[in-house]
Amino acid sequence: MRVTFTVNGREESADNVWEGESLLYVLRERLGLPGSKNACEQGECGSCMVYLDGVPVCACLVAAGQAEGRQVRTVEGLAEGDRLDAVQEAFAECGAVQCGFCTPGLIVQAHDLIARVERPSDAEIREALAGNLCRCTGYEKILDAVRLAARRKAAT
Amino acid sequence: MKPFAYVKPADVAGAVRAVSDEPGAKFLGGGTNLVDLMREGVERPDTVVDVTGLPLDTVDQLPGGGLRIGAMVRNSSLAADERVRARYPMLSQAILAGASAQLRNMATVGGNLLQRTRCPYFYDPAAACNKREPGGGCDALGGFNRSHAVLGVSGSCIAAHPSDMCVALAALDAVIEVESVRGTRRIPMTGFHRLPGDTPEIETELAPDELVTAVELPPAPFAARSRYRKVRDRASYAFALVSVAAALEVRDGAVTAARLALGGLAAKPWRAHEAERILLGGPASEESFARAAEAELAGADVRPGNAFKVHLARATIVATLRELNTGKGTA
Repeated sequence: MRVTFTVNGREESADNVWEGESLLYVLRERLGLPGSKNACEQGECGSCMVYLDGVPVCACLVAAGQAEGRQVRTVEGLAEGDRLDAVQEAFAECGAVQCGFCTPGLIVQAHDLIARVERPSDAEIREALAGNLCRCTGYEKILDAVRLAARRKAAT
Repeated sequence: MKPFAYVKPADVAGAVRAVSDEPGAKFLGGGTNLVDLMREGVERPDTVVDVTGLPLDTVDQLPGGGLRIGAMVRNSSLAADERVRARYPMLSQAILAGASAQLRNMATVGGNLLQRTRCPYFYDPAAACNKREPGGGCDALGGFNRSHAVLGVSGSCIAAHPSDMCVALAALDAVIEVESVRGTRRIPMTGFHRLPGDTPEIETELAPDELVTAVELPPAPFAARSRYRKVRDRASYAFALVSVAAALEVRDGAVTAARLALGGLAAKPWRAHEAERILLGGPASEESFARAAEAELAGADVRPGNAFKVHLARATIVATLRELNTGKGTA
């Protein structure tokens, strides 16, 4: 089947998509957007998160056909040109990236959190990130980064 | 994953027709359980009928004070609904206690009702499981069964029902509206799920071609004072070992309304009718709460791995009722 949807503001199509493919597969393997990572394929780890119509979801659990006509924003779509998004900047500054595999999903989820909640408490940050697993277990630096990004966002 | 055809009907009539025409078809909602099970080879539909485009995504006021929740309402939207938060707090709390934020964003109310057990033997094609392969045996009976059920179980299956949301719906006497080519019917939540008996593969009263279209919550003024308490291995993002959905109304020291349902403990969302019978009209006291909990748990059928759940459930029931009675949290 052919699937057409908007990715990071641009309409994209993929042909000969098999029904069993996920949105994640279409993004990575057909549209050349490898930012969203393929790890558990069960919705357990959060590495594949993207915005679908403005709501963060696990792209591995979205069937390709379900993306038809929708708006997708991936981690590649958060920066403005060379200027990183505040969350990306904070992750780099705080050393919140170890192997980096979980990072894109965490960035998307943290981006959504600080857009919705102006000054998230530590409990709110932990709950929001509960579905994003870091196997390097570098959670303390990740919390630092989200706090920093939230502070900077609130100050602007 | 087995190859399948994908269709996305625009209306309910088209959706129920699509499934009725094709015995190997399955409805697809948010995909958080079905897609996973298809990848594991546990579910093998020939056709997937995507129902996320159906106009069933609103929460509407009912005359008389109830709410009608469309089956395609996302779990996160329902938990955030101001009317649910004010009138049925246990439901909002239960949903927020389940899964992760991103999964709640995807999961639908209809899909949550129909999610399947997370028994590891059910998921493992190399293990014996009567639910996955009827007559194949059950490796959980003598296996690692710490997470398994103690109420409503059978010699065929001890899998626990995984949902948090359903526990609150059972306590609130929700009604499930379903549609098929034969028309519409309404099923009480407490009778929607089946106990395993000798046929653990049949989990609900739904016919294979019936689509859940809505969940109705009847008015329940006492539910404004209600609570969902979940005990699990981590602070977040884990299935319940034990959970309690409770509402309590007390006047002059006596219980005038009580609702109690249990999760993590049973083969289905477990409405604690026996406990409610003991609570109603009795004193709002620690002793009465304990007596109610013990009566409900008297029929527990435990295994070495999950015997601890009976004690944990008793303590959690009493603590939740105490909290509702005194308005104070407990340790």
